[in-house]
Amino acid sequence: MKVIVDMGLCDLHGLCVEAAPEVFEIGHDGVLRVLTETPQEDLRAKVDKAVRECPTGAITIHE
Amino acid sequence: MTVRRITVVGASLAGLRAAETLRDRGFDGALTLIGDEPHRPYDRPPLSKQVLQGTWEPEQTFFRRKDGYDPLGLDMRLGVRAASVDLRARRVTLADDTHIDYDRLIIATGARVRTLPGIAPRPGLLTLRSLDDALALREALTRATRVAIVGAGFIGLEVAASCRARGVAVTAIESLPVPLAPIVGPTLGGLIAAMHRDHGVDLRTGVTVADVYGGSRVEGVALSDGSRVDADLVVVGIGVVPNTEWLDGSGLTLDDGIVCDASCEAAPGVYAAGDVARVANAWYGGSPRIEHWTNAVEQGVHAAKNALTGAQPGTSFSSVPYFWSDQYDRKIQFIGRARPHDEVVVVDGTLAERRLTALFRRGDRVVACLAVNQPQALIKYRRLLAGHASWDAALSGVASQ
Repeated sequence: MKVIVDMGLCDLHGLCVEAAPEVFEIGHDGVLRVLTETPQEDLRAKVDKAVRECPTGAITIHE
Repeated sequence: MTVRRITVVGASLAGLRAAETLRDRGFDGALTLIGDEPHRPYDRPPLSKQVLQGTWEPEQTFFRRKDGYDPLGLDMRLGVRAASVDLRARRVTLADDTHIDYDRLIIATGARVRTLPGIAPRPGLLTLRSLDDALALREALTRATRVAIVGAGFIGLEVAASCRARGVAVTAIESLPVPLAPIVGPTLGGLIAAMHRDHGVDLRTGVTVADVYGGSRVEGVALSDGSRVDADLVVVGIGVVPNTEWLDGSGLTLDDGIVCDASCEAAPGVYAAGDVARVANAWYGGSPRIEHWTNAVEQGVHAAKNALTGAQPGTSFSSVPYFWSDQYDRKIQFIGRARPHDEVVVVDGTLAERRLTALFRRGDRVVACLAVNQPQALIKYRRLLAGHASWDAALSGVASQ
């Protein structure tokens, strides 16, 4: 899977960081970073949670 | 019992997330989603901001495009209200007299706006809850020059900010001495009030609405202090009430919402989620009814999982309430649960620059965090709050053990 964040939509709620800290991070500069764009399959449940919980629908998974 | 048919009542955020979760978890039986509005599920937070300000069209609020529902394989019934449920027969009856039989039922019928008691509806007297409400208000704002907003809660204040962005004069009327004080405390409520006054909002506090005047359409409001506020539009934002009337006499326990256990179960095979539900919440204590976006997601998912697996011993639900509000160029984020007498300490930024992180202290615990334009603070304190961190641990930024 490939994780794409639409930075135009990202509103820095940080729920993705909570759901999948292995994949998402908000730095001290207040910018969201995708730590790994192609996470291992065992992180799918966490990334799915991040997608579901993102208040702006900024995260999508491409297979 | 094999679960072959699941009905979700409420084509809402909670209802949609429940349906998605059922399919994600492999449920391949009949799945019905019922919504009383004609629209497919849409997102409410943009209504008071992007939609009202005219930067978004309705399509941008929809969670999925029309063809995005094909993979879910839903029997989606929109524009029809659920009228009643027979728990024994496991059957929902719709307002058009059709029936839907279910093995599991998930109720996410949300809430509706509270209206001013004793005030008859009339043109120019509006509320904001639904997409249609937002479009009607937006249309009315193109012709309005002066708006009176009754209730300076989050919805009222977001509407105020959107009106100001459109150049419309705003008077906001709030019964409390300080807006939002029961939620964020008087200091931060005062900060938010000052922000609105700086943007030209005439904020009247400690007064209530005695009457709405005007004949064929509104001309203003009369206040409890004897003053009058002339207005082309009156927008009422004084909270919501849960939509449970259709369940009266069903046998479900209704008490300011549907009373559920920690698995979102309200009766055998019947679950509830979102604004309409009171779910036992270990973090919060008791069974609060929470009207936040993230709560609808969490409970929609939780209800769906439990509907599939049935009651599992030890199922718990523990969630720290989180909400946000965008007003002018400020993003206010709040996590936790504050009470008016909690001590508030600004740990980063300042009140003066309106960019800050504040922690709420009760005894030796940190109980809430509010951030204004400091989103990264939420990441840190969300974890600390979830773990019931001590005050000292929160101050030092180290999770309690």
